[in-house]
Amino acid sequence: MDLRVGEHPILGEMGRGRPVTIYVDGQPISAREGEPIAAALYAQGIKTTRYSPLSREPRGPFCMIGRCTECAMIVDGIPNVRTCLTPVCDGMKVETPGRPGP
Amino acid sequence: MSLPLEPQAMVVVGAGPAGLCAALEAAKAGVPALVLDENDRGGGQLFKQIHRFFGSRHHGAGKRGYEIAAELVEACLQAGVEIRLSSTVLGFFPSGELMVDGPQGVYLIKPGVTVVATGASEKSMAFPGWTLPGVMGAGAAQTLVNVHGVLPGERVLMAGSGNVGLIVSYQLLQAGAHVVGIVDIADRVGGYEVHSDRVRREGVPVYLRHRLLAAEGGSGVQSVLVESMEEGTIRRFRVDSLCLALGLTPLAELAAMRCCRMVFQAELGGFLPWHDREMRTDQPGVYVAGDTAGVEEASVAMEEGRMAGLSAAEDLEMLSARQAAGRKAAVRHRLEGLSVGPYGSTKLEAKRGVYCG
Repeated sequence: MDLRVGEHPILGEMGRGRPVTIYVDGQPISAREGEPIAAALYAQGIKTTRYSPLSREPRGPFCMIGRCTECAMIVDGIPNVRTCLTPVCDGMKVETPGRPGP
Repeated sequence: MSLPLEPQAMVVVGAGPAGLCAALEAAKAGVPALVLDENDRGGGQLFKQIHRFFGSRHHGAGKRGYEIAAELVEACLQAGVEIRLSSTVLGFFPSGELMVDGPQGVYLIKPGVTVVATGASEKSMAFPGWTLPGVMGAGAAQTLVNVHGVLPGERVLMAGSGNVGLIVSYQLLQAGAHVVGIVDIADRVGGYEVHSDRVRREGVPVYLRHRLLAAEGGSGVQSVLVESMEEGTIRRFRVDSLCLALGLTPLAELAAMRCCRMVFQAELGGFLPWHDREMRTDQPGVYVAGDTAGVEEASVAMEEGRMAGLSAAEDLEMLSARQAAGRKAAVRHRLEGLSVGPYGSTKLEAKRGVYCG
């Protein structure tokens, strides 16, 4: 699934940042430099950003302004990073907290 | 452990329309103002508004929100305001110090005066499936699509027919999503007719007197159940996104932490810091403006910001009482102009409740 807008009637061509690669739970995905991690994930149809600690239910971004913390992930080893506010950079490693084992 | 401590004459928390106007007005009076914001650009939520605003020329009518944001940022920089981005204010202590987490790490600021203009956050509602990925605030979807160029889904159901629900529905259509409908438990559309006409012209059905029953799906939303309040019939919408436009609530934690007295006003979104007509809280040197002081429109936020900036400049003795009174009268006059009509007058009544509360 690709949820990128591309050409927008008012805003013109969107997402013109330089293409970079980030790793989500070890899998490479393409992203645009400068966009928030959560947006890069959403663009690829990855809507789960963490699993709840007890019931292991999936959670995804709710507010996109850094308040709800549903998008908090482990970024380059640092836990509880609000991915809706944190821009991607090339080679970044993102892990989904609480992800159930195989 | 001791943190670096930086003295500042005036700090504004939040670089949205209220915060920028507060800083600008104070800077014009000669106050060195510092604005902190956790986003990596200034302008607050104006940046995701791509529709033309209406109202008066003084509030940027005819311009799109992101254009107004860019102009405000530019005017601030011209006036010598410092805007520090990617800087989250973690705390506002009773001692008056602010704790900031910025690109260079965590530090403290001791401000002479502080304006809290942190805006609002979207309300949510509990129903089965409300925590599923794919359920998000309508404002969040707006950020995703208008700022980051990413759709929240291919097929979207909107809950709430207020202005946010209507405008975001239209903007999702513009960006290429399929909006399957707008549901609202009320018996009439909440937002302005101009906005509801637009989505109706695009063929989006508005289901009034309908309520959300559940969002269904395993790892994300796959369908949403909606019940008609009249017939009791249940409809299942196949969607991968459910947007909730249920209103906003003031973000006022910093003011509460600073021991500002809080009051409740349902019409203004819930709990907010008590303040007077000149945006002073009960704590000396602490002011509020914009949605933090009660959820209203961006034009009101700008005027409240100007008012807070003037009060701050006056209390720092950079404006005489007479100078301040003249400028405040002009702001008050414009604020009164914004509170005409049924919508504005309800808010005005609620504001009066705050002043007297």
